[in-house]
Amino acid sequence: MVESLEAARAQVPGVARKALSGNKAVAMAVRDLDVDVVAAYPITPQTTMVEAISELIAKGELDAEIIHVESEHSAISAAAGATAVGARSFTATSSQGLALMHEVLHIVSGLRIPTVMAVAMRALSAPISIWNDHSDVMNARDTGWVIYFTSSAQEAYDTLVMAYRIAEDPEVRLPVMVAYDGYVTSHTTEPVVVEGRERVLSFAPKRVTWDKLDPDNPITVGTLASPEYYYEIKYQQHRAMFNALEAARRVEEEFARVFNRRYGLVQTYRAEDAEVALLVTASYWDNARVAVDRTREEGVKAGLVKLRLYRPLPVEELARALGSTGVVGVVDRAISWGLPNAGPLYNEVSTALRDRVGARFQSIVAGIGQRTMLVEDFVKLFKLLYERMRGDRYSGETLFYGVRGA
Amino acid sequence: MSETRLPTWTEVTPGGIVREPGSTLRLDKNGWRVEKPVIDPEKCVRCRLCWIYCPDTAILEVEEPYTNSKGRTYKLTYKVDYDRCKGCGICAEECPVDAIEMVPEEVA
Amino acid sequence: MSSAYELRMKNIWSLPRGELFHGGHNLCAGCTAGTIMRHLLKVAGKDTIVVNATGCVEVSTTPYPYTAWGVPWIHLAFENTAAVASGVEAAINALKLKGQLDPEKEVKVIAIGGDGGTFDIGLQALSGMMERGHNVTYIVYDNEGYMNTGIQRSGATPFGAWTTTTPVGRRIRGEWRRKKDIIGIALAHGIPYAAAANPAYPVDMVQKFEKAIQTEGPSLVHVLMACTTGWRFEPRLGIKVSKLAVETGVWINYEIEEGRLRVTTPVPKRKPVREYLKLQGRFAHLRDFEIEIIQEMVDEQVERINKMVGKQVIGPVDYGGDGKKGA
Repeated sequence: MVESLEAARAQVPGVARKALSGNKAVAMAVRDLDVDVVAAYPITPQTTMVEAISELIAKGELDAEIIHVESEHSAISAAAGATAVGARSFTATSSQGLALMHEVLHIVSGLRIPTVMAVAMRALSAPISIWNDHSDVMNARDTGWVIYFTSSAQEAYDTLVMAYRIAEDPEVRLPVMVAYDGYVTSHTTEPVVVEGRERVLSFAPKRVTWDKLDPDNPITVGTLASPEYYYEIKYQQHRAMFNALEAARRVEEEFARVFNRRYGLVQTYRAEDAEVALLVTASYWDNARVAVDRTREEGVKAGLVKLRLYRPLPVEELARALGSTGVVGVVDRAISWGLPNAGPLYNEVSTALRDRVGARFQSIVAGIGQRTMLVEDFVKLFKLLYERMRGDRYSGETLFYGVRGA
Repeated sequence: MSETRLPTWTEVTPGGIVREPGSTLRLDKNGWRVEKPVIDPEKCVRCRLCWIYCPDTAILEVEEPYTNSKGRTYKLTYKVDYDRCKGCGICAEECPVDAIEMVPEEVA
Repeated sequence: MSSAYELRMKNIWSLPRGELFHGGHNLCAGCTAGTIMRHLLKVAGKDTIVVNATGCVEVSTTPYPYTAWGVPWIHLAFENTAAVASGVEAAINALKLKGQLDPEKEVKVIAIGGDGGTFDIGLQALSGMMERGHNVTYIVYDNEGYMNTGIQRSGATPFGAWTTTTPVGRRIRGEWRRKKDIIGIALAHGIPYAAAANPAYPVDMVQKFEKAIQTEGPSLVHVLMACTTGWRFEPRLGIKVSKLAVETGVWINYEIEEGRLRVTTPVPKRKPVREYLKLQGRFAHLRDFEIEIIQEMVDEQVERINKMVGKQVIGPVDYGGDGKKGA
């Protein structure tokens, strides 16, 4: 992303700029956040991150206990146990690993345990695919985690730093997931500004803001809630998500002030006067921006909106970003089986914004199992949307871009 | 009767955490019983077994001296905490000197 | 046998009067789990963190907004207790190293699971915890089935037992497989201490708890937990049934310390298994030949243990009177 690269070139004194993949950038963030306990199980394409963390521990650059768990289910369970004692914990996974964690994801958010994990997104089986799409995170969208989609190694590093601030906010106390595209981001080496422990810890200091397991003040965590209590406890959790939204806004601002890199919960590119816009997530931000410029050269006013914070959904920011657009193609990289509009993000965004913006929404599914989306593919999508808008021909069904024979 | 208003969503604890250890002691188990144990301090030899085996912390071991009819003085007395007792009868079954009798609960 | 352990629990008067597992919980009347948990915490003391698997004990002791526990306690799910405990233990180590916790203060980590949460669904996490060598004491209270969900069979259900999923009919006559050897599985991980205990022998049980807690590294205590509801006996009989399990050789109180096996409750003369079985409704359907099969299984088990000890610590069955095996 251009902004962060320029920031990287600015050479902030005392701060290192390193060539890092997304996975390795996350490992550096784990170091700079002084995480106490790392519990992880190997899965492609997450593995190089945990390898990098193991190296940092082996070299003495990170003082953390690493738990070589026997499954992802145990990874998230051990991380939760560690945070319950007052430690800063971390785990990371992909695909089937996230699916295997699924049960515990609900429990961690339900118990308001503020841990953080990174997800190098990958398609779900079957058939088995080690390549990228978003079906793993979409499957976890209703687990009560705060979820970020990030677009670059730098953004992954930065968002991990923000994640602990949000998770550990006493009004929030929710786990945070920082997701990025497997391979495209996890394995692509980019210049990354690594802020170092001192700067990161002054931004995200270690303070136990949640109820911890302490023999001097014994609490019971994980009780049985009867019908008289369960609903209120879950509603409180729902409200905590909106506290997380407020916290995310505050933390973004503060982060921009301190580190001079600004993202926003929703990012836009030439969207102000766009007739047709695409709503994308994660690494599509890069190719799609180039496509905006090319499409505009051909006379169609294209624009781009990137959703960075997915849960809680920043509806205000989305409405502002899409307020003046005629048609919005929502690009999903997951399929909600059996729906005429099969894009999960499409369904959510079009419902949330129905009464707030005048735009027509079109569901687009692309990139399933890492079917490549080049710049020209996004140009084609912009043109297709433009044609449909001009002819007032909206299919009302998902456009499965790039699938043969459809 | 005390007011039993249930907590609102702002009053419940995050995640249903309980911050008061041992608070089940406030729950009354009297209604669970069909029989209640009655300890005869005369027969009781203060062997501690009823206190050991009770699953419900319903046998109280109190520092209360007791002199029986034979003139023997014990430093301890065993009593039943009926708010805890579910009337299982383990204490009576295991008492080596049959000093505990299970007595039917009367219906009020 | 010399022992590296310092035992404070010499006799039943050694047990402190104060409770850390309190009454008022919702365990069934006569549930021996209450007895086990009380004494476990008396031995462990206040500087303890308990991690509990889903199950009878978990569900009965923490009805929001109440808790029976006087020490910090956490429950996440059914199958991950050993993993959560691993995280708790690792966090304590990390925080001590970084000076965020007092390095001098010993905090014990105790994981508690039922037989379902240990033998079956939690076995993988338990294996991981033991293999990695976490300093966690794992207590399995074994009531030989999924009692909390309504008496379904588990990998710990013994041969012949009726359960709601091994009912008694023309084709099936209760559980037809043997109970899993959880201590054998634990020992295969090379853990320094494992034991089988029973609340009818409280001093033996608490001494095992003490040793397990004092063990550096993983330890496991397998505790028989007679279940009035699922085994179909009167609530008053929980301790009596537990005692008969030992007296008949169905259950053997033993421990393995650094590879050496010791039977802690020798039984010079065994009672016939029939004595144990006849008190329990779950075995009421058994015919003589089935009881004979169970007797043979127990005889084999006793022989195996005696062989491991190197002498006859569990004696032969004493049928009394004419020595006949029949009823």
